[in-house]
Amino acid sequence: MANQVFTKEGWIEALRGLEGKYGVFVPAKDGEFHAFKPLADVKVPAFDFQNTRLSAKALVYPQSERMFEYSLDEKDPDAYLLKETPKDYSPRAIVGIRPCDAHGFRIVKRNFDNPEYRDPWWVQRFEATVLVGLGCNEPCATCFCTQVGGGPFNEDVLDVLLYDLGDRFLARGLTEKGDAFLGSLEGGAPADDAVLKSAADLAASASEKITGTVPTDRLKEKEINALFDAPFWDEVAFACLNCGTCTYLCPTCWCFDIQDEVYGKEGDRIRNWDSCMFPLFTLHGSGHNPRENKVQRVRQRFMHKLKYYVDKYQDGVQCSGCGRCVRYCPVNIDIRKVCELMNNYG
Amino acid sequence: MKNPYLPYPVRIKEIVTETEDRNLKTFKFQFLNTSDEEAFAYTPGQFAELSVPGKGEIPIGIASSPTEKGYVTFTVNKVGLVTRHLHNMNEGDVMGIRGPLGNWYPWDEMEGKNVVIIGGGFAFTTLRSSIVYMLHPDNRSRFGDITVVYGARSPGMLLYKEELAAWEQRDDIHMHITVDGTDDPDWKYNVGFVPTITEQKITSSENAIAIVCGPPIMIKFTQPVLEKLGFPPERIILSLEMRMKCGIGICGRCNIGDKYVCKDGPVFSLAQLKEMPSEY
Repeated sequence: MANQVFTKEGWIEALRGLEGKYGVFVPAKDGEFHAFKPLADVKVPAFDFQNTRLSAKALVYPQSERMFEYSLDEKDPDAYLLKETPKDYSPRAIVGIRPCDAHGFRIVKRNFDNPEYRDPWWVQRFEATVLVGLGCNEPCATCFCTQVGGGPFNEDVLDVLLYDLGDRFLARGLTEKGDAFLGSLEGGAPADDAVLKSAADLAASASEKITGTVPTDRLKEKEINALFDAPFWDEVAFACLNCGTCTYLCPTCWCFDIQDEVYGKEGDRIRNWDSCMFPLFTLHGSGHNPRENKVQRVRQRFMHKLKYYVDKYQDGVQCSGCGRCVRYCPVNIDIRKVCELMNNYG
Repeated sequence: MKNPYLPYPVRIKEIVTETEDRNLKTFKFQFLNTSDEEAFAYTPGQFAELSVPGKGEIPIGIASSPTEKGYVTFTVNKVGLVTRHLHNMNEGDVMGIRGPLGNWYPWDEMEGKNVVIIGGGFAFTTLRSSIVYMLHPDNRSRFGDITVVYGARSPGMLLYKEELAAWEQRDDIHMHITVDGTDDPDWKYNVGFVPTITEQKITSSENAIAIVCGPPIMIKFTQPVLEKLGFPPERIILSLEMRMKCGIGICGRCNIGDKYVCKDGPVFSLAQLKEMPSEY
């Protein structure tokens, strides 16, 4: 696979040269945080970021998206018939996605692209997307990707992996899709052995910087109902405000709601991210609510990620270790501690 | 790419008000495209999303039987935004149906067995589908005795009254219709709650499988009656209700344990439910 070296200015110039071939998203300053934005809208991309506040999941699975449109006009011969809302699936690249967010796509793919049903919007947008990862030289204090099957330079799901070598980027093609992307870039130089060696050293030293341990090894052997009835949930949930920040920032949360919106004689069927933190999520028409109190909802979030998912897919936890929920929780609920409680229970 | 969220367009062919409180109506739908009817091949116990453009979708059990051709029926209780709107729609109106969704009653397992059906209130819909299916001449010989306990608050709250009366006349199905109470002096069936009537009328669990569908309170008190009769949890079959949206196990809403009620259910045995968190 192709390896190329770019100066930092040359890299951004090369990306700008992709106009018309790829829609390129890059990290950029957004107030005091970072966010992915279309390169065309960004004066100076910020590749010196730690991570974006919102994960990259929204670029494949938007927070709100139109599914269908329809006419409610009796005079229209197609009245009340749903038509798929046209979408743009032309090639695009998320440049600078962190390996944890890429790992998030691996996890949610199991949900949106399963043997029985394929979610057409998620699948087509994902297939149109090149994931150009940026390895993490300096993981932050809340990172624990190495504990959940990832790593700061994990290549899984990525098409290209970038190494920040100070004054230069090394871009390593990892898939055919990635090689094709690199092939469309101009201004790169072949990488010599010395560059590859310093990239490998960088990756090794970054992994060592993640020192916290989050044990997950015993989750699968636990009985669902034993964990469900465990005594610690009241305490875990005590401070929770049910604000939903954790689920909105999470690269592996996939739940959504479907709503119809009407404007005059026309309407759209729309899906919006939803959250198990909200009581309306499970409220029945009858008024009955199987998860009416916050302890039940907090338990649902952790049980889904750390037990139900584990049992259903038999391949790790539904968490990429990005640490956003830890960093942004207003009351400091920490999934690492809850995971440890669950793993060590009984 | 096939879009599993896209409903089949249908037309409302007939609307029947079922109950004296007028809160339950049965809608008979015809597919606008005849090929869609074949694509909508279902098995009793399954449900579908009724899709009303401008209002939304609701998951409702299929009340017709696959042996009834040319239409599909659903009995809908008026409770929320979509159902209220649906109740005000007219014959001839166009809307959508998405499905069939979910699993079904364990028909392979039921073959050669006696079938005990216990239903309460408006949860009788997929049970009606099952009874019509089993009584069809092509299917009747595949099952042993069929016994039905069906109860409602009052005579006027029973669904499918004409069919109930017709089944009462048959000798290949044992009907035990009951009401919680009535002041009708001509009421010729039982008076009493479903669990009580079950205890009185069902005498054996031998080679039998029980399908139970009804309000939580009915299920709660019927379960011990069945266990006393000797039904093991594997042969007590229940159908769960949950708030749903996608109906295909993707949107996450109806998750209980490692199951989605919409895709892995709605039909579960009591044995399965005992292994799951009781969050329903």
